[in-house]
Amino acid sequence: MFGYYLDLARRSLQRTPVLTGLMVLAIGLGIGASMTMLTVLHVMTDDPMPGRSAYLFRPYLNPVPLRMNRGMGPDPSINLTWPDAMALLHARKGTYQAAMAGNSLVVTPVQGRLRPFTADGRMTTRDLFAMFGLRFVAGAAWSAEQDDGAAAVVVVSRSFAQRVFGKTQVVGSVVSMGGHDFRVIGVVSDWAPRPMFYVDASEKRYAGADAFFMPLSTGMALNLGTNGNQSGWGSDENNLHSPTVTWLQFWVELDSPAAVAGYRRFLYDYAASQKAAGRFQQPASTAHLYGLMGWLGKQHIVPGDVNMQAGLALIFFGVCLLNIVALLLAKYLRRAAEVSVRRALGACRRDIFVQFSVESALIGLLGGAVGLVAAELGLWSVRQRPDDYAHLARMDLPMLALALTASVLASVAAGVLPAWRAASVAPAMRLKSQ
Amino acid sequence: MRVPPMIAALGRHRLTCWLLVLQAAVTCAVVCNAAFMVTQRVQRVNEPSGLRESGLSIMSLSLAKLHDDQLAQYLGDVDALRRIPGVQAAALVDGVPYLGGESSGTTCGSLDAVRRMLAARADVPGCAEPVLYSGGRQVLQALGLTLVAGRDFRDGDYVHGKAGYQMGDASSVIVSQSLARRLYPEGNAVGQMVYFGAGLSKGQGQRIVGVVEHLQRGILGKAIDDDQAVLVPSEPADASVLFALRSAARDQRRVLAAAAALLDERHPDRLQDPNFGRPYAQVRAAYFQRDRTMIGLLIASALGLLFVTALGIAGLANFWVQQRTRSIGIRRAIGATRGDILRYFQAENFLIVGVGIVLGMLLALALNLWLMQQYELTRLPWPYLPVGALLLWLLGQGAVLAPALRAAAVPPVVATRTI
Repeated sequence: MFGYYLDLARRSLQRTPVLTGLMVLAIGLGIGASMTMLTVLHVMTDDPMPGRSAYLFRPYLNPVPLRMNRGMGPDPSINLTWPDAMALLHARKGTYQAAMAGNSLVVTPVQGRLRPFTADGRMTTRDLFAMFGLRFVAGAAWSAEQDDGAAAVVVVSRSFAQRVFGKTQVVGSVVSMGGHDFRVIGVVSDWAPRPMFYVDASEKRYAGADAFFMPLSTGMALNLGTNGNQSGWGSDENNLHSPTVTWLQFWVELDSPAAVAGYRRFLYDYAASQKAAGRFQQPASTAHLYGLMGWLGKQHIVPGDVNMQAGLALIFFGVCLLNIVALLLAKYLRRAAEVSVRRALGACRRDIFVQFSVESALIGLLGGAVGLVAAELGLWSVRQRPDDYAHLARMDLPMLALALTASVLASVAAGVLPAWRAASVAPAMRLKSQ
Repeated sequence: MRVPPMIAALGRHRLTCWLLVLQAAVTCAVVCNAAFMVTQRVQRVNEPSGLRESGLSIMSLSLAKLHDDQLAQYLGDVDALRRIPGVQAAALVDGVPYLGGESSGTTCGSLDAVRRMLAARADVPGCAEPVLYSGGRQVLQALGLTLVAGRDFRDGDYVHGKAGYQMGDASSVIVSQSLARRLYPEGNAVGQMVYFGAGLSKGQGQRIVGVVEHLQRGILGKAIDDDQAVLVPSEPADASVLFALRSAARDQRRVLAAAAALLDERHPDRLQDPNFGRPYAQVRAAYFQRDRTMIGLLIASALGLLFVTALGIAGLANFWVQQRTRSIGIRRAIGATRGDILRYFQAENFLIVGVGIVLGMLLALALNLWLMQQYELTRLPWPYLPVGALLLWLLGQGAVLAPALRAAAVPPVVATRTI
């Protein structure tokens, strides 16, 4: 029967080629626009650490005074102060924990042909490598002693080694960064989760990667500063050790629900003790432990423009669907005569309904094909934008499947009402009127 | 023509009509808001920088580390740049509008205001938060700023900046007109003192010697503050500086290439930077890239919606004409003219779209309220609503015209045929 309905649908669509074309075009444009923007949203909000994200947590403390005159800058409580980060680090309540911040240093290559360039990297404590699962190509992370002792050592990424030395076997070599010499003790394969969930909100999240990692103590001892957001509300805004300057990120790995509950309690107690000591003004209940995805959600990493574009695309799709419902309604109802004859010849209402639904699905399938072409064009145009997320805008298999399914489902749904109305035509009345 | 029978006729297609009404309403709401957002973004993109942008090039120089006498080297650079044939002016500056970075600082117009500001730790009248630019010799000519009061800097005004220094050694400044108005509402800014930076705490001011028409910030923020700037006659000597070059527009490419070669030769240790030297037009284009994308997308969505809606109206009208061929024939046979039939279809469309528009206006206001909450948009000015309504009505009339004409062409003899 299905083949017969498909054939009927094809004939019906061929009888009104212009109208069919317009319906297919409308659904195609609607699907194309929404798929383009949904793909962009999808890649921007994807899980950067699949399989691991459930164990990674970001403690949140709010040391900011209750009444603070805030300008246009980012929320200062999004980062930690040095004393708080050190307290969490030394408490060792997680499987792994690391305090970190980004910095940019001028690298002076040893080879004469290269100009100096600026490299972005991270000052961190040693657990970062194990916690985030970075893979060492050569060498290893620094030791706990080097972590505390401000050793002039650095772990570099494979592409950084390639750029500066022309090879990756560079353990033991010396690289000059920010006017200081560092001994390379390890090389990691390039690591760039998207979004870069662990960086400060003011850094790029969809482009670039850390080219080097050095002990946090070293960065502090050499006064290398940070390139992230540094917010202060006391008198010593330039002192990174200050309890009134926030600039550090902190991540902890917790492997069991019990460990998570324990850490929550620990964080609350810590905030309460700081409040009791008069350092925090906010209630201890503002302390919070965010999961990785929850943390990304809190930071609203999708720009307003992208959200608005997605909204526009969906509204456009909605209007296209309204349009198709109206057109299908008119189209199917006009075929009352045909329906009456089929009913008189023995077809029941269900058959009529299925027949028209097959026709709607066929329109949806054609529309979906047009939509895929439109979405590819749309994504191509997104990739031409200079935004940092642009290069990620590519259709993947799940999105492709979603586009086709959405298109067919949407048009079948759009056809339900018209098909039902057409199926409920009373054959006797119609046949009599002919 | 009487309306009630028409409504009765429409009642036979109640569902289809309501779908069309809904479609027109959503389209109307989105088109009104999109038009408003486009206007706002276009205004933003065309915001004057205050500079004479044509013929202006910006070279940004970043060094791995500072030389012992960096400023002397920079001044040598500027001299050499001025000798390039075609260069009309060249100046050392630390920032330009729309470059995406800026240094700003609280600035007060009187010591009294300084005291009040320090006591309140908040905004007080007589103080503002302008952007602070520092620039060396020829800065006004190179940037193409327009003086509206006072005078240009003189040779004796310029002071030598030090690396990482606080602006404030200079004794004179030029301010933008809007800052002059903010600090001195009576309009006598030239000759008055302003206090900023280290001068705030020391109570040591700089004299305003001139006022320029406009000078925009490095980053746009709140509209009321965007045009507030102080220009200090101080030659910056940091590891990162800018050179502003002015030439005739037709010489720009050649001048830029020559300047890039010259700076490369004089600073072999400069950092790798793809945006090392470019026409100012590119600086502006890069800054407003997102706005232009959004303008394009808003226009495309509005046009797409209008197109789909017109398509729906035309498609349905087409069906209705086919469906009613017999009744049209009867009407023609009993005396209706072609004009009557045409008018009938157009009035019908007018009615449907009209209901859609009324709903659409309400929807447009609701959408605007939501956008105001989500994206800090301002209130939709009312003229957008009638214009949007008119547009949709015209669209409806246009879309229904072809089917209506076809209906009007139905000969009365059809009435006697069976279908």
